[in-house]
This record gives sequence, structure tokens and C-alpha cells, in this order.
Amino acid sequence: MNRLLQLLCICLLGLATTTVTFGSEGALMQAKVDLSNRESLKNGARIFINYCLSCHSAAYMRFNRVGQDLGIDEDTLKRDFMFGTDKPGDTMTVAMRKEDARDYFGTPIPDLSVIARARGADWLYTFFMTFYRDPARPFGVNNIQFKDVAMPHVLWELQGLQRAVTEQETLPDGATVERITHLELETPGKQSPSEYAATVQDLVNFLVYLGEPVQLQRHAIGAWVIGYLLAFLVVAWLLKREYWKDVH
Amino acid sequence: MNTAARYFFALRDWVDDRFPMTQLWNEHAARYYAPKNFNFWYVFGVISMVVLANQILTGIWLTMNYKPDATQAFASVEYIMRDVPWGWVIRYLHSTGSSAFFFAVYLHMYRGLVYGSYKKPRELIWIIGMFIYLTLMGEAFLGYLLPWGQMSFWGAQVIISLFGTIPVIGEGLALWIRGDYVVSDVTLNRFFSLHVVAFPLLLCALSGAHILALHHVGSNNPDGVEIKKHKDEKGVPLDGIPFHPYYTVKDLVAVLIFAIGFAWVVFYAPGMGGYFLEAANFVPADPLKTPEHIQPLWYFTTYYAILRAIPHQLGGVVAMFLASSLFFLLPWLDRSPVKSFRYRGWKYRTALIAFVISFLSLGWLGMQLATPLYTWIARFFTVIYFLFFLLMPFYTSTDNDKPVPERVK
Amino acid sequence: MNDGGIDTTRRRLLTTAATIVGGVGAAAASVPFIASMTPSAKTKAIGAPVEVDLSDLQPGQRKIIQWQGKPVFILRRTAESLEQLANPGPQVRDPQSEENQQPEYARNIYRSIKPEYLIMLGLCTHLGCSPTFVAEEDEHDLGPEWKGGFFCPCHGSLFDLAGRVHKNFPAPSNIIIPPHKYLTDTRVLVGDDSEATS
Repeated sequence: MNRLLQLLCICLLGLATTTVTFGSEGALMQAKVDLSNRESLKNGARIFINYCLSCHSAAYMRFNRVGQDLGIDEDTLKRDFMFGTDKPGDTMTVAMRKEDARDYFGTPIPDLSVIARARGADWLYTFFMTFYRDPARPFGVNNIQFKDVAMPHVLWELQGLQRAVTEQETLPDGATVERITHLELETPGKQSPSEYAATVQDLVNFLVYLGEPVQLQRHAIGAWVIGYLLAFLVVAWLLKREYWKDVH
Repeated sequence: MNTAARYFFALRDWVDDRFPMTQLWNEHAARYYAPKNFNFWYVFGVISMVVLANQILTGIWLTMNYKPDATQAFASVEYIMRDVPWGWVIRYLHSTGSSAFFFAVYLHMYRGLVYGSYKKPRELIWIIGMFIYLTLMGEAFLGYLLPWGQMSFWGAQVIISLFGTIPVIGEGLALWIRGDYVVSDVTLNRFFSLHVVAFPLLLCALSGAHILALHHVGSNNPDGVEIKKHKDEKGVPLDGIPFHPYYTVKDLVAVLIFAIGFAWVVFYAPGMGGYFLEAANFVPADPLKTPEHIQPLWYFTTYYAILRAIPHQLGGVVAMFLASSLFFLLPWLDRSPVKSFRYRGWKYRTALIAFVISFLSLGWLGMQLATPLYTWIARFFTVIYFLFFLLMPFYTSTDNDKPVPERVK
Repeated sequence: MNDGGIDTTRRRLLTTAATIVGGVGAAAASVPFIASMTPSAKTKAIGAPVEVDLSDLQPGQRKIIQWQGKPVFILRRTAESLEQLANPGPQVRDPQSEENQQPEYARNIYRSIKPEYLIMLGLCTHLGCSPTFVAEEDEHDLGPEWKGGFFCPCHGSLFDLAGRVHKNFPAPSNIIIPPHKYLTDTRVLVGDDSEATS
């Protein structure tokens, strides 16, 4: 927890000094992905299901796969993780229709199955950390990482609301623009900043897992494959050396 | 002789009376005499074959679950990655294989440049090889549309538009390739057909011809001398050794070393930091929105940099096609009597080094955003790239080549 | 080349070793390819156990549900039918269900957990066609002895109201009873019998 807090401070500091490049090329905060942390993944799954899955789907992922991979038994899975369905083999879809989503948000709601592979963990982490109050937006919030995002700050009750601290900057041509220097917590939420950072960390962790569930097993299988190939290589090398004794 | 062996030989003779099995084995392996001095650079032909086999095998299995339908393609790839038992490994073997194929083929071609493998009497081997290379580029391009992500869609859009720049017939041609006004379900469906049937057949046929031609004239070697000039009383080249067992066991070692690197990518870095699988391709194709940065995969970026370096639409396209096909002319552009780099003069050596640096630099530049500075650097290297070919008749005919030994060292 | 001093034993040994190691690798490498052709997670999800409500089924009525893509017949048998099933004629080949065509809890004269409800696959044991349900009162040409049952349109096999095959027809055995269990008195789960009590 302490490390996360440190990380957060460093990130915010870094953010404050690199405000000029906010936008698509903005400096990203570092997410610390640890897929071996089962508890973090489980908590991330809980956050995902409670806050994200009401609008976003993860239509390529099945509930029972989450259960198997994260070690959640079927009863717990049904009780704590599945709300829209009672079939563990179902994929994580939402009831909202695509056309309705377009009406509410003006844009189709992206599926989140592979969002971590498309955006990257750091992007997602920064995104969840940089919502701020902006009365000009339909949902009253804006985001530094994803400017004018058509999405409310669904985690606001946990984080609270941040305010953008701005300063006037004069451009070479004489015009002045307002630039955000950093974000300040205005209304505290249920969680302290460090608790919120940990929550986001867990959520990002889960999203990374969600992007490619087999990551949890892939490395172990790879070690066997490469171990086998190395053993075969030794035999093949001895064989080659033996035959090539003939060649002068 | 024991009974089992007797039956085995009887069966072999039965087959040999009806099909030239033993004869083929002898001609292409047991009594195919290869120069004894092959070095590291001579393993990439075999490695390409192994990768081709991998692509065909994994491709067959991917086809069992992939759906060539614009509404289902993206989802079917994720279905393979998650729901199909072991589908992920089959998919990663295939996606890594495509990069590995180019990796092996580029090094194989580079070997040809260094040791003059394209020179007489191997011109046709080289030309067939060039057709393999172009077919492979087509195969890779066709296959890249299939996951139906953003890069698939917009990559296809851009490449097909290249054909559209051809005067008079261009637009009609692009329309014909797509079968629609934009890249669509129709395009996906035909690209699928070409990717899984037509081009693989072509690749296999060309690879077969490549090897037949090679075994007809015999292999070149790092010294660039013809081993067939000096034979013993039985007609066996003095500097030759039977391909089997000597090169089969050596190639096995090479293939295994390659396989270790390959497996490392498949299991530990299947996306290779975005070089093998691009992040934007994990967003489903959207005909209304181009991704922020669009670039081809690494194996095309050299040509892509040349395309961007030329400030003229048609000129850029022509330069790009020339850059990839000028290799065809190498056997005739090169006027030197010497094959191997080892005995070439300083002019060819300098030219080849400059060419390799240009090729790699352009490849790197093709992955960067085109800033004005980078564009100028790309132009500089483009000029060197073409000068390598255009000036070749001059610098190779006046080079101070060294004497070539009679026999391999 | 030099033919002298070749250690043929060592060569043979190393060649054998390489062949074995390579063979093991090839066998292991074929595992993903073979396994990938087994049912996927999606297929398994679609083939998951199915819950069926029996409360709307009247005596003598049948309904068809799908489990694992296969038709499952659910028949509510009348008291007369049950009596008739308890005294099968000589035409029934395996009246006591001795062959292993049903879970242990359905190895009884009615081939069911509750005598009233028959729950069986709607697939003929001959070559997998789906038999037609023909009640006694239906129009049929199966003879005056016909007390109701199933008739396979493909090759003519006959089964009684417990899915027991008649003698001298191509179907070799009784129709399969799928695993199932009762969740409540009128709700049954087809495809899963874990912790089921017979």
C-alpha cells in the first residue's frame, strides 16, 4: 500500500511537470501489473463486475473461466460475481442494447474483453486516476487521459471528485490558453487516495488478465517447451559432432 | 537378417518398382552432395521450410474455428484464444510464424547477396526465390486482414489504395480487388480464400521448384567455387559431402536453436512489444475511424519508408514496387566474375554494407512517425538503396576482386 | 572423408536417442492439435445441464427439450401405461434394463426416478435417428398389440413407453436415459446428477 502511495505521488508529480503534453501522447502513470496476485485479481474482478459490467460487456469471456483461473468456486461465483445470469458458462454480456447505448452516450460502448491489449495497463491506470470535475461535460466530469470521454466517472463514490488546477499560458502568437497543471481532490470519496489507487491497481490487474486469460499458464508451459528443446538440442549436438568427425 | 528387416526391404522394393521412392531419397538427400564448408548463413533455407510447414499446419487448425465474416471474424479470433482448447498456442504459433518466415527469408536472401548465390548458373533459383518472396508478401498481407482489427482494416485499405494510384486502370483495379467500394465483408471473404488456398498452394509449388532447381545445379558455398569441377573417380565432388546424414544432423541443430527463440516469443512475448501483434489490432475494425498511428508490420516497413519518402503519389508507389522487385535483376546487374564476398574488391563490399545499412535504417524509419527530419533521412537512404542496384554494373565490373581458390578452403 | 575410426555403436546410440527424443516431442506437440478438436468452452456452455419444468405436463403428454444439442423426450405416463410397463410382453428384449443404457437410479422397470416421468434421449440406438412418439390411441399401423411407444422412421425399430427395444428390430439396445436429478417435485435438471438420490 505504501509503495502504491509513493508511486501515486511520483506519478502525480510527473504529471504536473508534463502537463504540456497532455493528450494522446501524455505521460502515463505506471501500473504495477502482478498476475500472480490472486487476491488482487479477485478484487479487480469484483470491481469490474460491480462498476463496469453494468454498461460494458466482456463478451468473449465466460464467468466460469474467471472462476477456474482465479480459484473461485461455483457457488461463490454465482453469489458474488454473477448478477445478470445464473449460467456459469455464459459470457460477460450486458442487457443494454447497442442502439440504446448510442442514444445515452452518443457512441457505442466498447467491449472490454481485450481493452488492456488495445490500450495497455498504464493507459488504463492513468485513465482511472485522472477524472476531474468539468460542468461543461454531459456527465459533469472529464478525463485527462481520454479527453471528452463520453462516460461518467463510475468510481467517483470510491475516489471522490477531483478538481483541475489550471494556469494561463501565453502562446507565441499572443493568444492565451488554460492548461491543467494537476488535479486536486475536492470531495473525498469512500476510499482514501491510497486505497483508491490500490483499487484501480486491482482493476487494471484484472483487465490485463481479462485481455488474455491464458497468460496465467503460458509462461509455465513455455518453460517446459524450452526445457525440452534444450534437452533435444544437446542430443542433436552430440549427434552432429559425432557425424562431422568424418568431414575434414 | 531378421524377419522384420526382410519384410521392410521387401516393402521398399515393392514401392520402388512402382514409385521412385529410394531414387528421390538418394537424389535429394543421401547422394545429394553439398559443399562441406556451409556456414551459419546456410541454415535459413531449411528454417524457412520448417516455418512454412508450421504455418500450413497451424493454419489448417485455425481455419477449423475462424469465421471469415465481418460480423464474426474478430470474435472468432478471441474464441480461438479463449474457448478452443489450446487455441491460443495454435494462434500464436501462426502469428509468430509469419514474422519468423520473413526473418528467415530475409537472412536467406542476404546470404545470397553475400555469397553471390544468384550468379550463373543459379539465376533461376534466385528468380524462383524472388517469386516466393513476393508471394509471401502477398500471403502475409492477405492474412493480416483476417483478424479484422483496426490495423487489419486500415492496412488493407491503404495497400489496396496503392493499386488505385496506377493511371487509367487503377481505380477499377482497386474496386476489383476489394469487390466493394470500401474494404468490407466481401473483401474479407475473398482474402480468406486466397490466404488459405491459393497463395499457400503457390508457395508450396514455388518452394518445390526452388529446391528442384537447386539440386539440379548444386549448392553454392561461402567460397563461391563450383565443387562439381573437381570430382573423384566415382563422380563424387571432392569437396562435397552427402546431404544426409551430414547436413540433416547439422540442420537439426540449427532448427532447434531457432525453435528455442521461436518458442520464447510464442510463450513469453507473443505480441513482441507490438512488433508482431499490434495494439490497435485488438480494436475491432471500424470503417469510420482510422487509428492514430498506422504502419505496416516490421517486415514491410523498409518499403513503407520508401513510399513515404517520395513526395509524389504515383512516384512513391513505383519506387516501392521497384525497391522490392529490383532483386530480380541482380544476376545481370552484377558483372563481377567473383561470387563470394570473401574475394570481392572494396567497391562491392562497401556497396553491400551501405545497402544493408539503408535497408535496416529504412525499416526502422518506417516504424516512426514521419517528421521532416526523418523524411529527409529516409530520402537519403532511399537514394543509396537504389544506387546499390543502378550502379552495380559499374562498380562490379571495375572492382579489384581477389583471386578465387580452386577448391573450398 | 575418412572411413576409418568410426564409432558405429556411438552413432547408432545417438541416432536412436535423437529419434526417441524427437518422437516424444512430436507426440507432445500433437497434443494441442488433437485436444483443440475436442468441445470448446462455448460448446460445453451450450451443452450445459438444462432445467425443465414438468408442472404443465398432462398424463399421456410428451415434450421435447434440447440438451447438448440432442432431443430429450419427457413423457408423463398414465397409470394404465405404468401397469402395462410393469408386465412387459415377450417382445421386449431387455425388460429389466440389465444393459448399461441408463444411470443406476433408472435401472428399474420404469427406467426412471419417478415412475410417472420418463426422461430419455430422443435418439434411436441403431444409427441415431429420432424416433416418433406413437400413442396407443394415435392412428398407426403397428398392429392391435401396440400399447403406445416409439417408432423409428429410419429403420423401423420399435420401443415401448420406457424406451425398451422390441426384439427382431435393427436397434440393438434400449434408448439411453441421460443423467438427471429432481431439484423440486416438478423441476428436473437434465444433464447433471451429482449428489442425486435415486
